[in-house]
Amino acid sequence: MTLHRIEIEVDGDVIAAEVEGRLTLGDFLRDRAGRTGVHLGCEHGVCGACTISFNGDAVRSCLMLAVQADGARIGTIQGLAEADGTLHPVQAAMQAEYGLQCGFCTPGVVMTLASVLEAEKTPSEERLRDVLSGHLCRCTGYQGMLRAAKSLAIQAQTAAGDA
Amino acid sequence: MKPAPFDYVRAESIPHALEALAGAGADADGDASILAGGQTLMPLLALRMATPSVIIDINRIEALAGVSRVAGHNGSGATRIGATTRQNHVLANELVKAHVPALAKATAFVGHHQTRNRGTLGGSVSLGEPAAEYPAIALTLDAVIEAHSSEGIRRIDALDFYLGAYSTALLPDELVVAVEYPDWPADSVTIVHEVTRRAGDFALVGLICQLAIAEGKVSRAAIGWFGMGATPMRSLAAEKALKGVSLGDIDPRAVAELAISETEPLEDKHATAHYRRSVGTKLFTRLLSAAVAERQKP
Repeated sequence: MTLHRIEIEVDGDVIAAEVEGRLTLGDFLRDRAGRTGVHLGCEHGVCGACTISFNGDAVRSCLMLAVQADGARIGTIQGLAEADGTLHPVQAAMQAEYGLQCGFCTPGVVMTLASVLEAEKTPSEERLRDVLSGHLCRCTGYQGMLRAAKSLAIQAQTAAGDA
Repeated sequence: MKPAPFDYVRAESIPHALEALAGAGADADGDASILAGGQTLMPLLALRMATPSVIIDINRIEALAGVSRVAGHNGSGATRIGATTRQNHVLANELVKAHVPALAKATAFVGHHQTRNRGTLGGSVSLGEPAAEYPAIALTLDAVIEAHSSEGIRRIDALDFYLGAYSTALLPDELVVAVEYPDWPADSVTIVHEVTRRAGDFALVGLICQLAIAEGKVSRAAIGWFGMGATPMRSLAAEKALKGVSLGDIDPRAVAELAISETEPLEDKHATAHYRRSVGTKLFTRLLSAAVAERQKP
């Protein structure tokens, strides 16, 4: 079995490893990079729990091989908050709007919203519903997540209006 | 839910990928899979429905990504899309919006935002999932699929490409490099819609219809379906029946009934064939009526 040497930037840390070709990026992040905040649900691309930031884009980490991420910049839920514990705006909004209950799907949802809000600043409600459709949540439902995302889009709009 | 072991090859160029493909074929138990966006292949690997001995990753081949304008076969232009162009790039691309609006509209229905960030146009076209949007768009718009192998280049008409469910005219040593979509008149009517159980699911019924209009008459029609048979389907008789008809004389219900009679929907746990036909007929009738009415507005 051939091992492949890779170097991946994960939440700002450069991690070097030797991996089998078949190791998924999701498994690499959990088992080799200590990012157990990356939740693996279905492991075949349906549920969205394992969503991470891949060079800034929200992607499902179970649908990539670790070897494909060689040289890439990965962001996980564990790199979002400030070092002093200050929550990322998406995390704070999810908390304020009751956007989570059991928390299993939450890391993926937060990574999608962080990526989309960063790129698009003021997405419409329709757009937010569309991107949230890439996640399955089995307890809270989606209304709290949607409220959290809308509150951030509105804040960004207000800030842009003031500028 | 872990893939079986395989050899991984990161192709650095098209010739490198073709060499790896040819090499895998020469091996007695050789079974190579091309890894493009991976949004279908990775689940198949995880479920061990696919257990290739070699995975050839084409994601780093820069020449395979991008959208450009090229000369078409009939003197008009065409839009050429590289095989590894990400679906979200197709969705946002201005050339696609301007010249292949049906493709832009269809892309909004492909998977989810998160899978479109990885999923590629060429991966979907070459897989040939009968309920997916991209194979049906290629078929309906008479796209040309350019495949390379160590033997040379083949340009395959989409009409000859889809043989059965997940079965295409692509040979084991061939790699889809690009898909070209011939131009339609800029003021053509474009209808793309699908019915799904949830957003992002494969279509129970998917419809594509494009009409070129000249002097108030249909000068050319293309009608295609997805989720309505073992392959993407064309309704060639209904297209012929529409040709030359004045917009005011179109009977949407009759066109829809004829078009649906040319499909061969399958039964599965989500929908009966009767249901698919019924929904397809109503969907096409409604959307064609609305599109014709819109075009006839003074």
